[in-house]
Amino acid sequence: MDNLTLLFNVPALNVQLLVNGILVGAIFGLVAYGMALVWGVMNIINVAQGELVMLGGYIVYFLFEAGVTPIIGIPIAVVVMYGVGILLYRLVLFRVVGKDFFLSILATFGLSILIQQLTNQIFGADVQTISYGLGSWFFLDGTVSVSSIKAIAFVAVLVLGAALVVFMRRSRLGQAIRATTQNPRAARILGIDTERVYASTFALNAAICGAAGGLVAMTYIIQPYAGLIYTIRAFMIVIVAGLGNLVAVVISAFGLGIAENYAGFVLGAEYQTAFIYSLLVAILICRSLWLRRSRQYLS
Amino acid sequence: MNITREHLVIAAVGVVSLAAPWLFPNYLATLALLWLMVLFALTWDVNGGQMGYNSFGNIFFFGLGVYACAVVQRDSGLGYFPALFLGMGCGGLVALVAALLLGPFMLGLRGHYFAIGTLALGLAGGEIAAGWDFVGAASGMDVPIFPGSIDFRGRFYYYVLLALATITFFTLRWLYTTRFGLAINAIRDNEDKAEAMGLRTTVYKTAAWCIAAVYLGLAGGPVGNLVGIITPHDLAFAAATYGVWMVLMPMLGGRGTIWGPVIGAVIFHLTQEFFWIYLLGWQRVAMGLLIVVIVVFFPQGILGWIQERRRQKAYNAAQTATANNSAGDTS
Repeated sequence: MDNLTLLFNVPALNVQLLVNGILVGAIFGLVAYGMALVWGVMNIINVAQGELVMLGGYIVYFLFEAGVTPIIGIPIAVVVMYGVGILLYRLVLFRVVGKDFFLSILATFGLSILIQQLTNQIFGADVQTISYGLGSWFFLDGTVSVSSIKAIAFVAVLVLGAALVVFMRRSRLGQAIRATTQNPRAARILGIDTERVYASTFALNAAICGAAGGLVAMTYIIQPYAGLIYTIRAFMIVIVAGLGNLVAVVISAFGLGIAENYAGFVLGAEYQTAFIYSLLVAILICRSLWLRRSRQYLS
Repeated sequence: MNITREHLVIAAVGVVSLAAPWLFPNYLATLALLWLMVLFALTWDVNGGQMGYNSFGNIFFFGLGVYACAVVQRDSGLGYFPALFLGMGCGGLVALVAALLLGPFMLGLRGHYFAIGTLALGLAGGEIAAGWDFVGAASGMDVPIFPGSIDFRGRFYYYVLLALATITFFTLRWLYTTRFGLAINAIRDNEDKAEAMGLRTTVYKTAAWCIAAVYLGLAGGPVGNLVGIITPHDLAFAAATYGVWMVLMPMLGGRGTIWGPVIGAVIFHLTQEFFWIYLLGWQRVAMGLLIVVIVVFFPQGILGWIQERRRQKAYNAAQTATANNSAGDTS
């Protein structure tokens, strides 16, 4: 608890934790947006979400090692991951769309383990990161530092988020996806090829994860087994924010980032992951107790 | 008492499993883990198959049992066997208390939320154990050295796990024939209606989870001792291996039956051992692939498939019979 008193004695630390939380939260928000998309359209919770993030990260990482800067590497990762998404949908996911939720969770869990083990087997279990060699900016007499790469990643997330919003509003595919979310049967009657919409949605989600993964590789670390935690974070953000509410997703993503940074600081870094998992359990219990007051339940 | 085919099967399995340490002395550890898998599958099926609550975090109770037993063995100062049995008891008790406390809250969740919530519970257990110095943090705990020869140690743990799996099997087999079994089946079929009929669903759900938790907690101790070194992520709270397998095995055999989980566990365990032997290095990749294939192509399980075929056959027979009758009428 020494760190807790430190927080009160040195106010600048709070600013540091808030800034770090918001910067990392933005990336979580991007992953959560993809998960909400798939959840809303296909009624599937993609447990392999975090593994897709890691896969995107590895693509950008290896391109960087080969001399391609992440500015070009991330778009390449997006395109490749779009293909991976289509492939996964055509091979596995189309068989579990519209079936019992249990099957889709277990199938994506299986995919998650498969991708985990494949990346582990091919790339090794070592922690990787792109060391870009950019410095940090300092504020408040040097007590608050913001690494410029994290700031760049933050801006990149904002740009991507804005592009996604415009895409969902304006493009034909975006409109088809939204129509399918609202009512798949009516969309089918009106001539939308929902099967194709499902495939594109999952691929779009994979592409979003690819971009997020590239940013994770630049700012944090990637590792074959580090994917599941991103899935849990995304799930948490989605259940707090609800489906299809972008502003709420952004706010709760920032909130999660900040909470995580504070927890890591106060409880110690070794409990940060434990905190995230426990927080999810706590949020679920609180929401279900809240709903129980009006005799409803989470389902 | 009438002797049915099921009794003969039970007797045959019993004789083979009692004699197994002499029949296959080289595979004792594998066979001991086979009974663990049977226990995993049976306890998962109480909630997953019979009650319709698909938990992905039952590994949490197993992990509690493993650690509780190891702590008792380390700190109690008793001899090996008293400490082991006391530890097993404590493991079961800790798991029971955890299920009692968490049950009313967690089982208020449904569908997706229950599945991911319990998954997070299991993962949280692993992360807390990996950070807590009292239980050895990430490097895990050692277990005391077994007083006796290696052969005796293998046989001892084989019989302990066999006994636990057998007790679990017969308890559940009996439970499913009682009112309790009917109640949890009613919850699976339609929880709201069951509640409207006056069934105290929360009590039944929590009780079912407690039953699963107790057996998982009891099994934790012997498994920790059998493996020899207790690690948070790879043994006690192994969500990506044991945690998923215990969901998959009942599904492979047929959910919601008593024999389905047993059959599923045996087949799954043999396949997994086969992968370990012949695909060394790639066995985990193969396991992931196997999970996806089973879920996508064989979701109803072996017993479910047999039932479906039997039903189809009966339907066909009925169709032919009616066709013949009506043909007879017109001519």
